[in-house]
Amino acid sequence: MLIEAEHLYRFYGNTCAVSDLSLTLEKGEILGFLGPNGAGKSTTMQMLCGNLAPSAGQIRIHGIDLLDSPKEAKRHLGYLPETPPLYRELTVDEYLDYCGRLHGLRAARLRAAREESKRRCGLGHSGGRLIGNLSKGYQQRVGIAQAILHSPPVVVLDEPTVGLDPIQIREIRELIRDLGREHAVLLSTHILPEVQAVCSRVLIIHQGRLALNATTAELEHHVRSSSLTLETRNPIDPGLLSTLDGVEAVEREDENHCRYRIFCARDNDPTETIVRKVLENGWGLVEVSPRRRTIEQIFMEITRHEES
Amino acid sequence: MSALTIASRELRSLFLSPLAWSILAVVQFLLAYIFLSQVEYFQRLQPHIAALESSPGVTDLIVAPLFGNAGVILLLVTPMLTMRLISEERRNRTLSLLFSAPVSITEIVLGKYLGILAFLAIMITMIVLMPLSLTLGTDLDWGKFAACVVGLGLLLAAFAAIGLYLSSLATQPVVAAVGSFGMLLLLWIIDWNATVGTAKGELLGYLSMLRHYQNLLKGMVNTTDLVYFLLLIVTFVGLSIRRLDNDRLQK
Repeated sequence: MLIEAEHLYRFYGNTCAVSDLSLTLEKGEILGFLGPNGAGKSTTMQMLCGNLAPSAGQIRIHGIDLLDSPKEAKRHLGYLPETPPLYRELTVDEYLDYCGRLHGLRAARLRAAREESKRRCGLGHSGGRLIGNLSKGYQQRVGIAQAILHSPPVVVLDEPTVGLDPIQIREIRELIRDLGREHAVLLSTHILPEVQAVCSRVLIIHQGRLALNATTAELEHHVRSSSLTLETRNPIDPGLLSTLDGVEAVEREDENHCRYRIFCARDNDPTETIVRKVLENGWGLVEVSPRRRTIEQIFMEITRHEES
Repeated sequence: MSALTIASRELRSLFLSPLAWSILAVVQFLLAYIFLSQVEYFQRLQPHIAALESSPGVTDLIVAPLFGNAGVILLLVTPMLTMRLISEERRNRTLSLLFSAPVSITEIVLGKYLGILAFLAIMITMIVLMPLSLTLGTDLDWGKFAACVVGLGLLLAAFAAIGLYLSSLATQPVVAAVGSFGMLLLLWIIDWNATVGTAKGELLGYLSMLRHYQNLLKGMVNTTDLVYFLLLIVTFVGLSIRRLDNDRLQK
């Protein structure tokens, strides 16, 4: 068990940011920490990395109590905060050397670690550049390079893909998947597809409480909703479709386009029969797709479940 | 060990900005002007005082005033050097790098303090070179000279400790600079109060940095003065450690 956190609480004055949160992280796992903005993700991560003392609760990193022996426990941690902690006036190499020295790396081992983490983060040719002159994507990479420099067993990344362009996002996700093979990774995000793309397990946190602890496959069940979007070239006959088995209602979404929303039964997927009907009647199929729920809707559902 | 790593980065970053270079240049220029004026003054005065018994020498007339003025100038300058120590890291959110590294808060604060001390040591070396150049033509009173250097060193170390603390309080470097300048100036002039000299003003007199510094410039190395500066340094470095630790506990 690489991270064990038990019953964490954190208060800011009278507001409770994190309440009774427990989590575990094992080797080889990529744990996604999902929640809307202000749910307490960053607060939890700061507590796990020793940047913030919890109001109550216990944290063990690699079996070492973070509050009792912080120095020893932090040796096993790599942390990328929300804003990468970069010194703009240093070059990438100087900066990584400094981080390595803080973690007790010296001379040959330091050089090897620096080159390795630069290679993994795609910074091979940027060693001599000033951090302040790098683009946002590259700065983010330097931040990640800093977190994995001393090859810690636990890597904590707070919103690592925020503000990056799609190509960079793909590269960073690739890197995270790669990291997951040797390290345990905890990453936070408010983007649902990101969790589904990289994580093996997901924790949903809502208003400082743990709302769901599930594998990514189980999450998929929550994401699928029981309705379809259908778009055709010609207007359809909604009455004809609603008689089909599994279709509960058909609704036209848009007066100008032939776009419909079809509500179906949960355990009876009528997609195939609908498509066949559309083709038979020559309505001209343009699009048929299952509706995916937004993260807000999932939160609503999960929290509603909890209350009832 | 980590403290030294932090100190060396601190020193490096200082020299990567034009601030450190311009401060060194300006201070050196001002003090060189004062030094040369003092040398000229001494040359004019020398024939008149040569006949006197126990007349003041080169060290009294050139070195002590030079160091006295250096104290005043650096009182203005040190806040500009110390203002960024912690407040800028807090503002740029780079503190979390130090907080999540296996480094204790004490090491972080000591590292920052040692970094600024190293810079001030460079500054003192440059100042000391000026009176040392006099040895080409005359002899210095080495005891008094050493007392002056120790005095300036302790004074600057105390300035830096106060600046460090104010920087740990502030989120904006400028606020830290204004705060530490005000604090230093207050400690400098605190004995202007009318009660000083009477029994009631004993405490205010003791608190005055200027008094303790002047004793050292006169060549009197008292434990009272040494302890005063050491207390000041330990207190404010300790307060900075507490303040930074508080960042973790309560935000």
